[in-house]
Amino acid sequence: MEEVEMSVEEDQRAIRCLVAKVGLDGHDRGAHVISRAFRDAGFEVIYSGLHNAPDEIVQAAVQEDVDVLGISILSGAHNTLIPKIVAGLEEYGAFEDTLIILGGVIPDKDKEPMREAGVDAIFGPGTPMSETIEFVRENAPER
Amino acid sequence: MTDGDLVADLLSGEYRALARTITKIENRSSGYRELVADLHEHTGSAEVIGITGSPGAGKSTLVDKLAKAYRDEGLTVGVIAVDPSSPYTGGAVLGDRIRMASTTGDMDTFVRSMSARGQLGGLSTATGDAIKAFDAFGIDRVIVETVGAGQNEVDIVRTADTVAVLVQPESGDDIQMLKAGILEIGDVFVVNKADMPGADRTVKQLSEMLEGRENGEWTPEIVETVSTSGEGIETLIETFTSHRTFLESSGTLEAKARTRYAEEVRTLLREDAGRLLEGEIDRRGGIEEFVDRISAKETDPYTVADEIITPLERCLVEEETPPQR
Repeated sequence: MEEVEMSVEEDQRAIRCLVAKVGLDGHDRGAHVISRAFRDAGFEVIYSGLHNAPDEIVQAAVQEDVDVLGISILSGAHNTLIPKIVAGLEEYGAFEDTLIILGGVIPDKDKEPMREAGVDAIFGPGTPMSETIEFVRENAPER
Repeated sequence: MTDGDLVADLLSGEYRALARTITKIENRSSGYRELVADLHEHTGSAEVIGITGSPGAGKSTLVDKLAKAYRDEGLTVGVIAVDPSSPYTGGAVLGDRIRMASTTGDMDTFVRSMSARGQLGGLSTATGDAIKAFDAFGIDRVIVETVGAGQNEVDIVRTADTVAVLVQPESGDDIQMLKAGILEIGDVFVVNKADMPGADRTVKQLSEMLEGRENGEWTPEIVETVSTSGEGIETLIETFTSHRTFLESSGTLEAKARTRYAEEVRTLLREDAGRLLEGEIDRRGGIEEFVDRISAKETDPYTVADEIITPLERCLVEEETPPQR
């Protein structure tokens, strides 16, 4: 009987990602490209649009229960924005099982502090799309 | 998080628990059926409004303005926004959230983007159960935005209490208005982008279409809105309220709920029975073996189906009339 029960609830998991543009920078080509690549990889992508405040990203990440939060920042404001987002996720108990990846222009000297702040991976300019997708597939949290 | 805790956390108002519950429903994760079953007794207070219409008609922007207006009244709002999934990869870009600019940062406007995951009726399989999760959470108004609809995406009528169909100005001649499908399901017709030329004509065409439509006591209403500016939203909400009053006083609301429950039981049974029979096919050597015999003309599809269903039928008959001893 147990066996039947299992087969009735067939798991149809999809990897859900929030692709977020945070802060004032208005360059969203990269975010569009990655959204499309994620879609083609079979992920469900929620795109936030431009100019989001950290608490808006937190609201979206919590409500959408995303596995992956991909943040694109080209303005250089990552050192202030990322900790705010991480703190917000922690407030709702959503930090532990969300994979946070960061894209855009992040200077080498900031990379280690970003990881310490809670970022799981940083993909700079020129990263092959397949590398990012592979990383997400392998590291999307088990739930 | 165990599922028992999840229900308790959801009922106590934890946003994260509501979000995770909807994920489990969408993924049909093991245990999701018990989860939804546990929520049932806590449902029945949310008002469910469906918004449908063609892509680009302004659904998301209208939903945003509606959510804002309800929030201003002090009500909590849940939004389920469905977008299509790729027929090739199953992936999706869910972009409705971008339009929800009036309520960002506000947790009590709980917006959930949903992929249709291959369903063709304008909603996903999970939509109905996700509404229950919102309802049990205590959300006052649930707004369901369908996939950008063509002529035939009418599942929303079985899911929502009140259906608003958005029509753009200049969306066809009066023959389009005669057609069956989406234009039959509206309790309210919203001519959005009413500041565009041709809006008057569309209103006129719609009212001609609605003339003489006297099925039930509710005559569908036409409301003009401009969702970018918020014009007409107040009237729209008043219309929703009067439709709600009609539903309650006429007994239609209860009748709808009964139909919905009946449909739900049937759907679940079809799924379950289908899977039981799939299992039976496998035990009998798998579908390929049957197909081989059908191709070789040793048997035919009807006989095979009979063969597989007969033991089940026999079980049910025995249940009904216990053998006398």
